Amino acid sequence: MSQTDQDLMNLPKKKFKIMNLIWVILIIVGLFVSINVTDTHISVLFENFSQFTDIFVQMAHPDWSYSSTVFPLLFQTLKMAVLGTVIGSIVAFIYTLLIARNIVKNKVLTGILRIIMNIIRTIPDLLLGAIFVAVIGIGPVAGIFALAVFTFGVVVKLFYEAIETIDPGPIEALTAVGANKLQIIWFAVLPQIMTYFISYVLYAFEINVRSSTILGYIGAGGIGLYLQETLQTFDYAKTGTIIIVIIVVVVIIDYISSKSREALMK
Amino acid sequence: MDTTYKQLPPRPINKKKQLSHWLIMIVTVAIIIWSCTGINFGGIKSTAAQIAGAIFNGIFHPDWSYVYDGSGEDLVSQLWITFCIAFLGTFISAIISLPFAFWAANTRHKKWYVSRSGKIVLAVIRSFPEIILALMFIKAVGPGSAAGVLALGFHSVGMLAKLFSEAIENLEDGPNKAVTAVGGSKFNVIMFSTLPNLMPALISNTLYRFDVSIRSASILGLVGAGGIGYPLIIALEYRQWNRVGIILIGIVIMVVTIDWISGLIRKKLV
Amino acid sequence: MANSEKPMIELKNVTKIYDNGTVGLKDINLTINKGEFVMVVGLSGAGKSTLLRSINRLHDISKGDIEIDGESITKAKGKNLRLLRRSIGMIFQSFNLVKRSSVLRNVLTGRVAYYPTWKTTLNLFSKEDNQKAYEALQQVDLADKVYARADELSGGQQQRVAIARVLMQNPKIILADEPTASLDPQTSLKVMNDLKMLNEKYGMTVLANMHSVDLARQFGKRVIGIRQGQVVYDGQMKDTPEAVFTDIYNGGDGSEEK
Repeated sequence: MSQTDQDLMNLPKKKFKIMNLIWVILIIVGLFVSINVTDTHISVLFENFSQFTDIFVQMAHPDWSYSSTVFPLLFQTLKMAVLGTVIGSIVAFIYTLLIARNIVKNKVLTGILRIIMNIIRTIPDLLLGAIFVAVIGIGPVAGIFALAVFTFGVVVKLFYEAIETIDPGPIEALTAVGANKLQIIWFAVLPQIMTYFISYVLYAFEINVRSSTILGYIGAGGIGLYLQETLQTFDYAKTGTIIIVIIVVVVIIDYISSKSREALMK
Repeated sequence: MDTTYKQLPPRPINKKKQLSHWLIMIVTVAIIIWSCTGINFGGIKSTAAQIAGAIFNGIFHPDWSYVYDGSGEDLVSQLWITFCIAFLGTFISAIISLPFAFWAANTRHKKWYVSRSGKIVLAVIRSFPEIILALMFIKAVGPGSAAGVLALGFHSVGMLAKLFSEAIENLEDGPNKAVTAVGGSKFNVIMFSTLPNLMPALISNTLYRFDVSIRSASILGLVGAGGIGYPLIIALEYRQWNRVGIILIGIVIMVVTIDWISGLIRKKLV
Repeated sequence: MANSEKPMIELKNVTKIYDNGTVGLKDINLTINKGEFVMVVGLSGAGKSTLLRSINRLHDISKGDIEIDGESITKAKGKNLRLLRRSIGMIFQSFNLVKRSSVLRNVLTGRVAYYPTWKTTLNLFSKEDNQKAYEALQQVDLADKVYARADELSGGQQQRVAIARVLMQNPKIILADEPTASLDPQTSLKVMNDLKMLNEKYGMTVLANMHSVDLARQFGKRVIGIRQGQVVYDGQMKDTPEAVFTDIYNGGDGSEEK
C-alpha cells in the first residue's frame, strides 16, 4: 500500500517540474522582450538616478508657505470625491437591483446589463477623466462625472455579489404573503444588504479620494492642477508640499472610513 | 379561549444610539450639501451632448485602419508596449517586494518595531500616487515607457509587499523549525522551507497585481509615461472620435482577456 | 369538521415537470375542504414540497389547474395573483424571517399585501395593525420579544414569529412546509399546537408536510401520502393503520410506475 502511494506521489511531481521550467523560460523570454520593447535598461535607471534623488531631495524640503494656497483646491478635490461617490452610488444602487438574478428573473436583461457593467469596470479612472474632459470641458464637473462612473463600476460589482448571496427565505416568504416586487425589495432584500451597501460606498469613497487628487493633472479639477503647474516650472519644493498634503489627507480619510466600515459590520 | 390583549408598549428608546444615528445622518447630509457648493454645474460645454454622441458613434464605427499598419504607432503595437510595461513593472516590483515583505511580516523571533516600521514604510509607498511617481520618473529619465515601468515597479511594491507579508504571516512555523533543527542557517531556512511553501501565494498575488498593473499601464500614457494612453489623449485632443473608439475597444479587450487568463491560472494554482 | 364540504383547494390533473426534465408532480387530483387539517407525508424528494409550493404558485405548474376557493390561481396574473397569495399563508422549514429586522416588523410584513406600496415603504402601518401584530405575538407567547431583532431569537421562537406573521396575514389557508424539521421535539410540539390553534380557533385550512410520523398522527385529521410525485394514499387519520405509514416511508423500492 505504501509502495503504491509513493509511486503515485512521484509521477505528478516530475510533470509539475516540466511545467515549472516552461513557465520560467516564458517569464525570462518575456523579461527580455519587454525590456527591449519598453527600452528600460538598468543603465537608464543608474545614469539618471542622481537626477531622481535630486528631485526627491528637493521635494523633501517642502515649501510650507505654499500650503495655504493649496487648500481651496484641496477642498474642491474632496467635494469632487464626495459628489462622485454619491452620484455613482445612487445609480449603482438602482442598477444592481436590475442585475441581481434573485430579483430580476429575466436572464437576457440581466445578462446584457452585466456585460455593460463589466465593460465600464475595465476603464481606469484617469482614462474616464480624460474622456469627460473632452466631452464636458475642463473643470471639476468632468472629474465628478469620471469619479461617478468609476464608483458605479466598483459598487455595482461588490453589491450585486452581496445581493446574490443573501438568504432567499425572506424573498420567498414575502412572495407568499402576496407582496409585489417593490415590497419584496423593501422588506426582504434591503434589510439584509444595507450595511454592505454603505460599506462599499465608503470603500469607493476611499478610492475616489486617491483618484481625485490626480484628476486635476489632466484638467478634471482639483489639486492635481497645481501638481501639473509646479512640475512644469520645476518648482519641486512646492510639488513636495502638494504631495505631502495629499498623502496626509488620503491617510486620514482611509483611517476614518475603514474604522467606520469595521463599526458597521459588527 | 377568549382573552383580552395588552396594549402595544411604545418602542424602547436607546437615547445614545438614536443620538449617534442622527448625528451621522446630519453630518453626512451636511458634507454632501457642502460638496455641492462652489461647483459650477452650468459650466458644461454646450457641445457636450454632441461630443458624447460622437464618441459613442466612434465606438460603434471604430477606425479599423488604425488597428495595425506596421508603423509601430498603431493600436496593436501600442497595446503590446502597454502590456510589456505592465509585465516588466510587475516583475521588478515582485523582486523588490520580497525583502520588504520579510521585513514587514510579523513573524516570531522578531522585535515588534521591526515589522511595524516595515508596515509603515509600505503604507507610505502605497499612498504615494502612481501618477506622481510617473511624473517624477519622467523628469528623471525622460518621457517614454521606461518612466512607466519604473513608476509601476516602485508603486506596486506598496501593495504587493503587503500581500506577500500577509502570506508569510500565514505560513506554518513547522517546516522552518525543521530546517533550523537540522542545523540550517537563516538563509537556509528561507531558501529551503519558506520560499517553496510560499511560492503559490506569491505567484497568485503577483498575477493579481499584474491585472491591476495592466489598467495602470493604460493610463500612464496620459501623462507621457508610455503605452496606449498617449495615442488616446492625442486622439481626444484632435477629435478623432473613431480612433478614440477603437482605442477604447482595444483597452477593454486587453483588460478583459488578461483578467480572464490570470483568473484561470490563479484558479489552477489553488 | 368534514361536514362543511366546501372545497377550499382543488387540484385538477396537476403535473409539474422541472426545466431539467425531472417530474415533480404527476397528474394529481385532490380536493381539500374548508377547515381541514391535512398532513402530507412521504419520503424527501417525493414531491411534498413541490405540491405545497404549487398551491400558492411559488412554483408554476406545467399542466392542469389549481383553484383556491373557486378561483384559479394558475391563470391569475399580477394583482389578482398577489391577492390570491394573500389568502394563503405559508410556514417554512427555515422560518424565513428577515433576520436583521425587528420581530414586530417581521410580523407586520404579513400585512403588506393589504397596503399600497408607497404606504409600506414609508412604514405607514396603521395603529390597529401594530396593535394586531402585538396581539398575534401574545397568542404565540412572544409578547416580550416584540422589539427584539429576529436573529436574537431561538429557532422555535422564530418559527412562532412566523406563525404570528401568518396570523397577521389572516389567510383562509395555511401551507406548512416541514414546519418542525429544524426544531427539537419540545418546541416542535409548541409550534404544532399553534398551528392547531389557527385551525380550530380561526377555521383556517391547514396543509402541512410532515417528516415526523408521530406528530402527523397526533395533529392531522387527514393523511395524503405522496410517492414519486403521485398521490398513493388519501384517507382520514383515524382510519389509517400504521402499515400505511410504513408503506409510504419504506415501500418506495421496486414500485416504479413508469
